Amino acid sequence: MTFREKSIPVQKHSRANGSSGSISGNSKKIIWEYARTTEAKDHINIKERYDLFINGKWQKTKKYFGTINPATEEMISEVASASTEDVNRAVTAAEKAYKNVWSKTPAKERAKYIFRIARIMQEKAREFAVIETMDGGKPIKESKSVDIPLALAHFFYYAGWADKLKYAFPNQSFSPIGVVGQIIPWNFPLLMAAWKIAPALACGNTVVIKSAETTPLTLFKLAEVIEEAGLPDGVVNIISGAGDTGAAIVNHPKVNKIAFTGSTDVGKLIMRSVAGTDKKVTLELGGKAANIIFEDAPIDQAVEGIVNGIYFNQGHVCCAGSRLFVQESVKNLVVKKLKHRLKSLRVGDPLDKNTDVGAINSKIQLKKITELVASGIDEGCTIYQPECSLPEKGYFFKPTFFTNVAQSSRIAQEEIFGPVLSVLTFRTPKEAIEKANNTQYGLSAGIWTDKGSKIFKMVSALKAGVIWSNTYNKFNPASPFGGYKESGFGREGGLQGLKEYLKF
Amino acid sequence: MNINTELKSLESFHLAVDETGAKERASSIAGRSIKKESKVLAIKMAASMIDLTTLEGKDSDGKVYAMCQKAMRPLEGDSDFPHVAAVCVYPNLIKTAKAALAGSGVNVASVATSFPSGQSPMKLKIEEVKKVVQMGADEVDMVISRGEFLEGNYQYTFDEVKAIKEACGEAHLKVILETGELETFDNVRKASIISMLAGADFIKTSTGKVQPAATLPVTLVMLEAIRDFYNETGKIIGMKPAGGIRTTKDAISYLCLVKETLGDMWLTPQLFRLGASTLLNDLLMQYKKEMTGAYQSADYFSND
Repeated sequence: MTFREKSIPVQKHSRANGSSGSISGNSKKIIWEYARTTEAKDHINIKERYDLFINGKWQKTKKYFGTINPATEEMISEVASASTEDVNRAVTAAEKAYKNVWSKTPAKERAKYIFRIARIMQEKAREFAVIETMDGGKPIKESKSVDIPLALAHFFYYAGWADKLKYAFPNQSFSPIGVVGQIIPWNFPLLMAAWKIAPALACGNTVVIKSAETTPLTLFKLAEVIEEAGLPDGVVNIISGAGDTGAAIVNHPKVNKIAFTGSTDVGKLIMRSVAGTDKKVTLELGGKAANIIFEDAPIDQAVEGIVNGIYFNQGHVCCAGSRLFVQESVKNLVVKKLKHRLKSLRVGDPLDKNTDVGAINSKIQLKKITELVASGIDEGCTIYQPECSLPEKGYFFKPTFFTNVAQSSRIAQEEIFGPVLSVLTFRTPKEAIEKANNTQYGLSAGIWTDKGSKIFKMVSALKAGVIWSNTYNKFNPASPFGGYKESGFGREGGLQGLKEYLKF
Repeated sequence: MNINTELKSLESFHLAVDETGAKERASSIAGRSIKKESKVLAIKMAASMIDLTTLEGKDSDGKVYAMCQKAMRPLEGDSDFPHVAAVCVYPNLIKTAKAALAGSGVNVASVATSFPSGQSPMKLKIEEVKKVVQMGADEVDMVISRGEFLEGNYQYTFDEVKAIKEACGEAHLKVILETGELETFDNVRKASIISMLAGADFIKTSTGKVQPAATLPVTLVMLEAIRDFYNETGKIIGMKPAGGIRTTKDAISYLCLVKETLGDMWLTPQLFRLGASTLLNDLLMQYKKEMTGAYQSADYFSND
């Protein structure tokens, strides 16, 4: 701790000695800690096994695999591993539903269905939040305040557009694309599903969507909601499986569009697979965002922005502010404050309402993070981790940052997708721009300064799809999200997000 | 503007505060879930940090005597429940409070310096402060001249606090910024640092006579100023949010704010106070609820 460790001086004032710092007249100081307050799980309903949701029915398959709670390493449920035939059944169902029902359903009726899905989800918001936390490891306070409310907001937002598309794109003629195949990641399962399903339905498409291997549960809960909402059979088909299931969707000839969120490596594979076909593609891939702190920034809020940028959802965020650029004149101050701030981060049981940093999503991811952190140490970067105890079971990693990092370090170049920050420095705005843009990615960036003109100058020079100023990791359904360079192309959210689901 | 060398170091503090960010952080800390034994401890701790306050034109010996009884024994018959830190009154009531509280360990705080507006000559303020200390006030709650501060006359603010501190002698000085009139967080941070540089023992949000009075975000900004001042100078300054803190939930949020911004060291009545008049009864009600499992009627708690 860089803060002075010093005991409180005894008050010298003879008259002011009445309150001796005690709580009950006893002079020994008691340390006040937050007791564990675990979110109740008794109201949630998870089946022992989930089949595939195809053509409005729950259909069995040959193989199933377990999904575990990364905070306890206990199995929560078993889910279907969809085979190529299952994918074929799902696509066929979606195609039939598109031709026979959904393309003939009036837009305002489509809107009603989407509103209905949103409202039913809203009623079950707490259940969704608890399951999202159990399946993925994220702190319950985040699933309650970010994942679920935002997912709902996307459904509500796009429901509103469904019957107003001609006002969204005036004087243009357009039609739905048909069957869209969607593949989502494990970091924000329900939210990513909402980002993809809501605009697809609003524009009149039908959907085959696959959840990520480690986090399939909230998507199946969404399938139950869709069932309850009475959406026509086959309009949304929800399946689970690994990479080959995803490949079967991408390669299926009847799929007209692929929307993928995930790693850049898989994104490249998808591009190779669809080359030569007329499939539309949107990709949301990795990132290595620059979070840039100028010397005239509001420093305490910037430190919050750093914490929110990299430790939110354990750093499992494609737009995480994983490269911190601090102007050299305030570097020591910022690092000192960041160290102090990390001491009050509470790492542990994701279901504890006071937990700030939860469990790493999977054993594989934990291994990857550990390996990259080791490479940082090997390359001579200086590591900092706060003193905090981690639970014995489960996959956990301490919030970490490195100083003495060079642009050439692996930890400054590769996406770690964990709670690991690289601190780099710059001297002038020009240098900040050069360094920030010196990456294969271009998803997001953050700028911290009290000076408005500097914000505008920086925003126009940074090659990133989303740029936050004096804040970080803010999302809104009306605001488009997407990347430059190897962070992908296409936008989700807002009008731009609608456009991706229409043919013009 | 003339700035003397003592105030020069104001420039070494980064003074920008982003309002949106500060509010967001405060509300995130206020979202902490404090239950069970933590809650019981927090209730007792909050009670022990109260400056039980009455600041009205109609205050009388009778009113203050009764309040002092409550201050010493908030929960009659429960020796486990602490007394409050101090009672806070107008100068004319110091003697009454002093006599009522003699030997109890509860301090007497008096407002001074033409509270609440501070609109009178410096000389009179100094005399007033000397007088209240002479009358037995253990702690003095002064107000800064907001007009001078808002005119940019920071040297005046500095000199004012410094002079009052000198006049206080042994008594503890709390400097009220009246954040509701300073309006911006930049101003709050600047006024906090000037007051600390000039010798404040505590910095305090409000008089309670101006809205908004204490809020979580403004308290956060002041706590951060205290932390930075400590880092720069090694001096430990106390904090007192005052006005508008009425519920146990509010009080606990303030404690969380202190814990997460300054650390456990500051969680003592020596360094943190809650200026409040009605908070105590809500704490008592919640305490009884934790002890017995049921809420009791407000009629069971005295209104003194």
